[in-house]
Amino acid sequence: MLITINGQGMEVALDPRTSLLDLLREHLELHGTKKGCDQGACGACTVLADGERILSCLALAVQYEGRSISTVEGLADDGRLHPLQQAFIDHDGFQCGYCTPGQICSAIGMAAEIGRGVPSAVTADLAATTIPPTRDELRERMSGNLCRCGAHNGIIDAITEIYSAEAAE
Amino acid sequence: MTPFSYARAGDAATATGLGMAEGAKYLGGGTNLVDLMRETIERPDRLVDVTGLSRMIAERDDGSLMIGAAVRNTAVAEHQAVRERYPVLARAILSGASGQIRNMATVGGNILQRTRCAYFYDDAARCNKRVPGAGCDAIDGFNRTHAILGASPACVATHPSDMCVALAALGAVVHLENTAGARTLPLVDLHRLPMGRPEVETLLEPGELITAIELPPLPWAVRSTYRKVRDRASYAFALVSVAAVLDRSGDGMVRDVRLALGGVAHKPWRAFAAEAALRGRPASEACFRAAAEAELADAAPLRDNGFKIELARRTIVAVLNELAGETA
Ligand SMILES: Cc1cc2nc3c(=O)[nH]c(=O)nc-3n(C[C@H](O)[C@H](O)[C@H](O)COP(=O)(O)OP(=O)(O)OC[C@H]3O[C@@H](n4cnc5c(N)ncnc54)[C@H](O)[C@@H]3O)c2cc1C
Ligand code: SF4
Ligand code: FES
Ligand code: FES
Repeated sequence: MLITINGQGMEVALDPRTSLLDLLREHLELHGTKKGCDQGACGACTVLADGERILSCLALAVQYEGRSISTVEGLADDGRLHPLQQAFIDHDGFQCGYCTPGQICSAIGMAAEIGRGVPSAVTADLAATTIPPTRDELRERMSGNLCRCGAHNGIIDAITEIYSAEAAE
Repeated sequence: MTPFSYARAGDAATATGLGMAEGAKYLGGGTNLVDLMRETIERPDRLVDVTGLSRMIAERDDGSLMIGAAVRNTAVAEHQAVRERYPVLARAILSGASGQIRNMATVGGNILQRTRCAYFYDDAARCNKRVPGAGCDAIDGFNRTHAILGASPACVATHPSDMCVALAALGAVVHLENTAGARTLPLVDLHRLPMGRPEVETLLEPGELITAIELPPLPWAVRSTYRKVRDRASYAFALVSVAAVLDRSGDGMVRDVRLALGGVAHKPWRAFAAEAALRGRPASEACFRAAAEAELADAAPLRDNGFKIELARRTIVAVLNELAGETA
């Protein structure tokens, strides 16, 4: 089957049992995406499928035939870190770093959701078409990404720096 | 995982043709099925991917809303008609799982997701749902999250969906199809109570595919909401949840009401007794409390979950108070 990973089309032959996460890590040697729980509970395996954040551990790779997958390895531009990657460093958004690739991919997908007006469980006015990226909104929307080291405050600070600035523009 | 073949279906006829085979299962986002297959609790030998089916949300002339079975949970919750006309449904979906999971999960898969009873997942435990006749380790075990309504000596598990609680309150209709034909079923009748056969969870016939959900016109559902009580602020299943739709008249009476509970039973629980106790009565806290009592009169606590009865009572009252307090 044909699948695009970080902009590059690839032909892969797979047992249908292979998860998208195992395709990335075991077959393509892209170890940036992490396996935490392998059952949907931690968010470490978050990648973007055509820009939407998903959990690669609960995805069979065959379901994503023909789709375009982005992982943390694809974010830097010619050796220059993605602004959100730099913000994670600046704000101590990690300790051990295990959850970080998932946090960053999730935040990028999350920002696109806020941008197109998707409400969240803490959005007071469901009819509103623009939703300010307040701390409460960001925390609720990032709740699918756990950090065992407790770096959540730095993580939200980093995301706030990048996406509140964008929203203000 | 046991081996299986995989095929994509682009339309309902192709899906049901493939799905009729013994051992075949439909695959939505996979967020529940792939997990259960990895645990070998589910062992299909053919997966029919139905995410290519209808992803349409259509507003019809009679005021009803048709939602295709393959629509992702996020897409339902962000749809303007759902947000404005059926806020209870948007709120229920947004309170479930995580952003990533809601992007993957389909409407059909959400409805047919299986229980989160820990003994169901643990193959060292006895579970009638997993192995019919084996016994149930939850009944005398750690059963804090289990059912208080409609349970049986065979199974005390709950249905975990938030979305279904809102669909139950809204009187949603499920559209079904297999090679023998198409039919519809009220959502509240789709799931079964466990009785003696907890392994049979729905009234679905072999190979039956959910093709769509229909929300009947309910103009007063603009005044509706969903409240979920759980162990942490986000990303946890409900201990108790309440979906409510309230039509209050100018003189403060309950003209009509829809109420459903989550986290309390083997199916999304439409609170018919509470509704009957409220219609035509004052929209007051005393009446809300009496209605909650009526609904919970038959509630039966297990060793660890007696708190759910009081929690359900308070949550029903709080949600109705909130809706009664909103100006029309
Ligand atoms: C960590 C975690 C937390 C979660 N928290 C919550 C929560 O708080 N609240 C909540 O409500 N849910 C929660 N969920 C569950 C989640 O909502 C479900 O897994 C999801 O809705 C299932 O949808 P799916 O499309 O991925 O289904 P799948 O996993 O693809 O399928 C589920 C079942 O539905 C069947 N099926 C799928 N589509 C059809 C169809 N069209 N016709 C007939 N059969 C079909 C499949 O055969 C399978 O049996 C959580 C899940 C995880 C992993
Ligand atoms: S409550 Fe139901 S699902 Fe849980 S162990 Fe008992 S039979 Fe199995
Ligand atoms: S590894 Fe996928 S959610 Fe934990
Ligand atoms: S930095 Fe260690 S888990 Fe998040």
